[in-house]
Amino acid sequence: MKWRYFKQAVFFTVVRLSALVISLTLLGILAYIFFNGYRAITWDFLTLPPTDSMTRGWIMPAIVGTFYLTIGAISVALPLGIVSATYLSEYAKQGPFIRIIRIGVNCLAGVPSVVFGLFGLGFFVVFLKFGSSILAGSLTLGILILPTIIGASEEALKGVPQTFREASLALGVSKWQTIYRIVLPSALPGIMTGSILGIGRAAGETAPIMFTAAAFFTAILPKSIFDEVMALPYHIYVLATAGTYIEQTRPLQYGTVLVLVALVLGIDLIAIVIRSAMRRKKRW
Amino acid sequence: MVKVGKNFIINTNDVNFFYGSFRALTEITMGFEKNRVTALIGPSGCGKSTFLRLLNRMNDLIDGTRVEGEVLFEGKNIYATDVDPVEIRRRIGMVFQKPNPFPKSILNNVTFAPKLSGITKKSDLDSLVEQSLRQAVLWDEVKDILNRSAMTLSGGQQQRLCIARALAMKPDVILMDEPTSALDPISTAKIEELIDELKKRYTIIIVTHNMQQAARVSQKTAFFHLGTLVEYGDTREIFTNPREARTKDYITGRYG
Repeated sequence: MKWRYFKQAVFFTVVRLSALVISLTLLGILAYIFFNGYRAITWDFLTLPPTDSMTRGWIMPAIVGTFYLTIGAISVALPLGIVSATYLSEYAKQGPFIRIIRIGVNCLAGVPSVVFGLFGLGFFVVFLKFGSSILAGSLTLGILILPTIIGASEEALKGVPQTFREASLALGVSKWQTIYRIVLPSALPGIMTGSILGIGRAAGETAPIMFTAAAFFTAILPKSIFDEVMALPYHIYVLATAGTYIEQTRPLQYGTVLVLVALVLGIDLIAIVIRSAMRRKKRW
Repeated sequence: MVKVGKNFIINTNDVNFFYGSFRALTEITMGFEKNRVTALIGPSGCGKSTFLRLLNRMNDLIDGTRVEGEVLFEGKNIYATDVDPVEIRRRIGMVFQKPNPFPKSILNNVTFAPKLSGITKKSDLDSLVEQSLRQAVLWDEVKDILNRSAMTLSGGQQQRLCIARALAMKPDVILMDEPTSALDPISTAKIEELIDELKKRYTIIIVTHNMQQAARVSQKTAFFHLGTLVEYGDTREIFTNPREARTKDYITGRYG
């Protein structure tokens, strides 16, 4: 009897410790970035382009670039992902063909991001002649986050009670109308979760945009989707490895990281607020 | 061969039903009379729910199922290739075991399907809502809260809302799959009264586990056992003077 309680105590301790370690690691990273980076954050830092060979590197173009690329990636991946997930979970007859597609999607999720970068370079930049541009970068990032969105959307669709579908179909509502009016709206909060993860990933990746969209330096803002842009992750990479004055720019690097993290968390926060508002409305 | 009489709205001819290789129904031949309540009774797994769902092609949703034989609705086989199951389900509505309102407002639950079938005028929709909710004896309870979520209603109210929702499509037949099994006795009594009222306009086919319920609400009763139709006749006959020993054993509680 006592032995059982002892085992339980040990097990609970391990579980609590794991949770603690993970939360502390995350907090530690965030705190580290914050204390190293906050001094770099000034109004000018956020609103002006870099100058003096990046040593007084201000980052406004990179913020704008990352924003465009992320929005672009989401607008590519979200519709495509939702449609694919809808097909996989609502229309397709389960069988070997569907299993192969699923395995393909999962493999896509495991492909290193630099491979997406090379694919983007080969296909969008060179073959389709988009050049290094917002368009090429957004499409590349979009493909990168597609598996995340498909996976989350499929889970969300599976989570919609079968009784909703039956209720709608039994009223003489067609399958497409049922999916469009009942199933997808009910699955939307879950799909949002997927897109939140996607946004974070798209905003933070360096390798896929290195060859497809990111410029080392542009003083002006992009005018069309065929322009190159600076992007925060690539800018960090440049400052930390390729610049001429790596040591001098250290505070700027942390400042840029802080901005990137804040941007991602900010976008996440908006999505989380929207999601929970939708959840509150649709309780079952 | 069953002749398609004037009073029969649905007839089945030698219907077999398979889940994969499992034969769930064997040679079911029966007719459902217009404006009557027909109860389908039998022990769990006897195929009565399967049979009910076959009458408006809801079993189409399950992969790997197969129907043999004919299900004639107003003389036309609903499994013929040129028949649109969506159209069939508009004419043959269904109420499920567990109340399953949409996570929408009470109003939108009722108007959802009519809107999609082309009714757009607000005055038409409003009168349809009132009429359907009145028929389902829910109007007085919800007329002031039509915009509240249907999820806030009690289980019994939700089930009456589901009935109202089905009525709003103005079907000819309403299939009910154990509509009160998730409800308390008071809600159950309300639904039963409602069924009695509805049979004036609609044909009702109800699956029930509760034999008192079958006896109370139906005029015709069919007893299913192991995927076959054992006995079918006037409810009074079935419950007072069953021809088959198996029917007798079941209704007297020998098994079930």
